[in-house]
Amino acid sequence: MHPAPSVIIFTTFSGLGFGLLFWLGIGLPAVTGWVAFVFFAIAYIMAVGGLLASTFHLGHPERALKAFSQWRTSWLSREGWCAVLALLIMAIYGAGLVFFGSRITLFGLLGSLLSVGTIFTTSMIYTQLKSIPRWNQPTTPALFLAISLSGGALLAGQIKFAIPLLILAGGLQAYVWATGDSRFAKAGTTLASATGLGSIGNVRSFAPPHTGSNYLLKEMAYDIGRKHVVQLQVIGLTLGFALPVILLLLPFSHWTALLAVVSHITGVLAARWLFFAQAEHVVGLYYGKR
Amino acid sequence: MTQLPPPSTVKLGLVIDLDTCVGCHACVISCKGWNTENYGAPLSDQDPYGADPTGTFLNRVHSYEVQPPDGTAQLIHFPKSCLHCEDAPCVTVCPTGASYKRAEDGIVLVNESSCIGCGLCAWACPYGAREMDAAAKVMKKCTLCVDRIYNENLPEEDRQPACVRTCPSNARHFGDLGDETSVVSILVAERGGFDLMPEQGTRPTNKYLPPRLKDQAQDIDILAPFLAPIATDPKGFLGWLDRALSKLPGSQ
Repeated sequence: MHPAPSVIIFTTFSGLGFGLLFWLGIGLPAVTGWVAFVFFAIAYIMAVGGLLASTFHLGHPERALKAFSQWRTSWLSREGWCAVLALLIMAIYGAGLVFFGSRITLFGLLGSLLSVGTIFTTSMIYTQLKSIPRWNQPTTPALFLAISLSGGALLAGQIKFAIPLLILAGGLQAYVWATGDSRFAKAGTTLASATGLGSIGNVRSFAPPHTGSNYLLKEMAYDIGRKHVVQLQVIGLTLGFALPVILLLLPFSHWTALLAVVSHITGVLAARWLFFAQAEHVVGLYYGKR
Repeated sequence: MTQLPPPSTVKLGLVIDLDTCVGCHACVISCKGWNTENYGAPLSDQDPYGADPTGTFLNRVHSYEVQPPDGTAQLIHFPKSCLHCEDAPCVTVCPTGASYKRAEDGIVLVNESSCIGCGLCAWACPYGAREMDAAAKVMKKCTLCVDRIYNENLPEEDRQPACVRTCPSNARHFGDLGDETSVVSILVAERGGFDLMPEQGTRPTNKYLPPRLKDQAQDIDILAPFLAPIATDPKGFLGWLDRALSKLPGSQ
């Protein structure tokens, strides 16, 4: 799939922002006043900034409000609802902490639940697609949740939660990459089933429908950059998970914490780029790809 | 509403005969012509006369080579457009309700004024039947020429999709696949019509008819008897010549 920068930025930063909101909602850390303001500002800049970035890839962002209408069937619509509700409820909860120094526990817990819901619904947008076997599996939501909650714990300074969660997320990411290449074959869609001509013999693409490119090829048969897969995977695992864990194990200073956050974000961006760039859509079969 | 309607009794769709399609691409052109001039945003082209032309098409013709275990390879032309699936994954993913399947005849359509151009429906379609128009920024797809098939301003013979009307080899058929007695249903039953990517669980309405079995030419050659090998044990003069030549150096 085409790794659009808007969608990579959206999933990475919104995931982190809502991950941080989850920890703030359950009172870890239990901050008030200016300190709470800074934590909430960081969470909102990331969550809202990511959501705004996601609208850049829309053809008609002026119609975005219509996207709230189909929550019965559409994970994208459900994500919109979860995100807006989480941001509204956490705003009330955050205002209580910042301006009145009081913690409205119910709103905090509800906000945390909705923040996790937002991360989950985001992941389900990709997981639901049977046409992309690499995403169509339970490890996709598990990985999105693990990355967001570990990154949120890192931002929230919850070292004792961040270390095991980062190890879990890194392990899950390694597992997803180790098994990802076999998912397409396991799904069983081949040029033979795509054309229905497999009963005659071996099918191969003889001529595409046109000499130039098209929307389908640009959007769904993307395969540039795959030669650097292993390097990017090593960068993703090292910067995203291993280095932050090592930095957190060192004696605490704000500089090592900041370095851990920057390293984590860089690693997750690399991993998210691969998430899209490596995903193979079955339509590529019709064009002799895969 | 992007909830799929209960299966309709009328299931309008296409039956495409891979045996008779000659790969002329006339259906591609007539589709582009009709759907650019009529319902919805036109099907735009980008850099049409330049070095890297692209454009929106609702119907494209691929060509595949199939090599049977015995015999010669077959070249099969393969037109592909929206299959108007019963369980259309493109419809349920739509966040705005722009994508919908008609309850009355099963045609899958896009309400372009509600489309936000997120592209998720194109990702959900395993067949590549949906293309985002680069100029209008909305999703385009085959409408089964909904503005022709019910159009009483057109002569009756024109009330079928443009691709079907134009096909010079009669490889495309339009009709009600929900009616077992319709011409298209009989065609599918008699010729063993099949679904594309059945494992994707989309239950497409459109069917494809397989190429007919190729016959084998019999080995008829009226000259063959006259070209039979000559006698292996020549007698008389030829026998003497054979023996004499065999004694010369270099003979086998």
